[in-house]
Amino acid sequence: MAQPEGLLYSKEHEWVKIDGDNATVGITDYAQDSLGDIVYVELPKIGRQVVQFASVGVVESVKAVSDLFTPVGGEVTEVNAGLENDPALVNREPFEGGWLFKVKLSGDAQTSGLLSAADYESFTKES
Amino acid sequence: MKRTALYDEHVKLRARLIPFGGFDMPVQYQSILQEHEAVRKAAGLFDLSHMGQFILEGDGVAEWADRLTVNAVPTMKPWQARYNIFTNERGGAHDDVIFYRLPNRWLLIVNAGNADKMWKHLNDNVGGSGVKLTSLHGRNALIAIQGPRSVAMLQPHADVDLNGLKYYFCAEGKIYGKEAVIARTGYTGEDGFELFVDGADAPEIWTKLLVDNAGAGLIPAGLGARDVLRLEAGMPLYGHELTEEITPLQAGLGWVIKMNKPEFLGKAALEEQQNRDDYPRIVGIVMDGRAPAREGYHVFLGEKRVGEIRSGSVGPSVGNKSIGTALVEKEAATPGTDVVVHIRGTAYGAKVVELPFYKRSYKIGAA
Repeated sequence: MAQPEGLLYSKEHEWVKIDGDNATVGITDYAQDSLGDIVYVELPKIGRQVVQFASVGVVESVKAVSDLFTPVGGEVTEVNAGLENDPALVNREPFEGGWLFKVKLSGDAQTSGLLSAADYESFTKES
Repeated sequence: MKRTALYDEHVKLRARLIPFGGFDMPVQYQSILQEHEAVRKAAGLFDLSHMGQFILEGDGVAEWADRLTVNAVPTMKPWQARYNIFTNERGGAHDDVIFYRLPNRWLLIVNAGNADKMWKHLNDNVGGSGVKLTSLHGRNALIAIQGPRSVAMLQPHADVDLNGLKYYFCAEGKIYGKEAVIARTGYTGEDGFELFVDGADAPEIWTKLLVDNAGAGLIPAGLGARDVLRLEAGMPLYGHELTEEITPLQAGLGWVIKMNKPEFLGKAALEEQQNRDDYPRIVGIVMDGRAPAREGYHVFLGEKRVGEIRSGSVGPSVGNKSIGTALVEKEAATPGTDVVVHIRGTAYGAKVVELPFYKRSYKIGAA
């Protein structure tokens, strides 16, 4: 799967879609494929202030527990409640229905250190 | 890292390979959960060639092996298979194994991770018994076909009557014209067969079975699916529910131990443990929510730590509940007991349940 354009990517394999000062976060197709069948997602609480690149939850597959990092900092405003009963949605639609949480961005420069679609594509091929 | 005779097939199938028991082994091909489902509903094909295969020969095999293990060996009939456990002098499990009695020899299958240890143990104890030991580890292959459609998928390519083969019995025959020991055994909770074949014949048998049964739903299945299947079926995995420190009694395998045998390694220790009845034991755990229980997580009864998780997984055949096993103190081991599992610093509710989590709804073989 090609990386959707218009999103920014972290080296920890999260994507973020920025719309004004609101950001939607998920994990990439590469990440869900590497993890395998996702059986549990633990997301940050609504209202929590998160710092860019901090660990804010976990994504668990049948075999492994992986930390979830936030690619942007700010206040968590919404989490994807549908994942509680259907965590495999992250496998099926990593860039759409399987989004994880939303953040109201705090201040400037919240996108520093993130990659474009093309740069992320190259990054996954190196790793 | 060693490779099984089927390594090239795994690469062609784009399996995800991990080191396991000294071999590069497929943990999954497409999806652990899809492979699990295939085994429960149709069938899956497993490469288990990493497991240790030893041949035991001589008149004294049964009596000799009987003194090293907890189950009865001499009462096995020709063509019978029997689960057994080699114990240490403390009653702990050295390995859990299956003996297959053939007319002129015995086949002993040991865990891959214990193969070197077991080969040494057998050789250390063989003196004076007249038993001849041969290792086929890494040379012979083991292909398992597991699932309710196994008979239908395998019969057209086998020259023995598979319906007539009872559960935990085996036969010598041919699969696609290649010599095989065909055993009605497995580690998934489903009907199925384990095929002991020459490594040189394995790729052809593997490939033909997959091609000829693709329409019937046979897919290759990896060690990831196998672990979920065996956990649901309540079967122990060495290193988790059985170790050198965890005895068969603690693992809930009292039915395997024949205390009426005159003597076997570890008998005195097991008798004492049984009489005291105060030992920590393996139980089933069902989490209240979906958070997975992972090996090593601490288990509490109220405020008191009473044990730890030994295995855990989602249970697709039990409503996708989060299931596991735990080694807990006796006071927490009664089914129905409410316990707490600590996960990343948070307490999650769980219940102690009887094993297994899953039972097949049909009978195996012409019993």
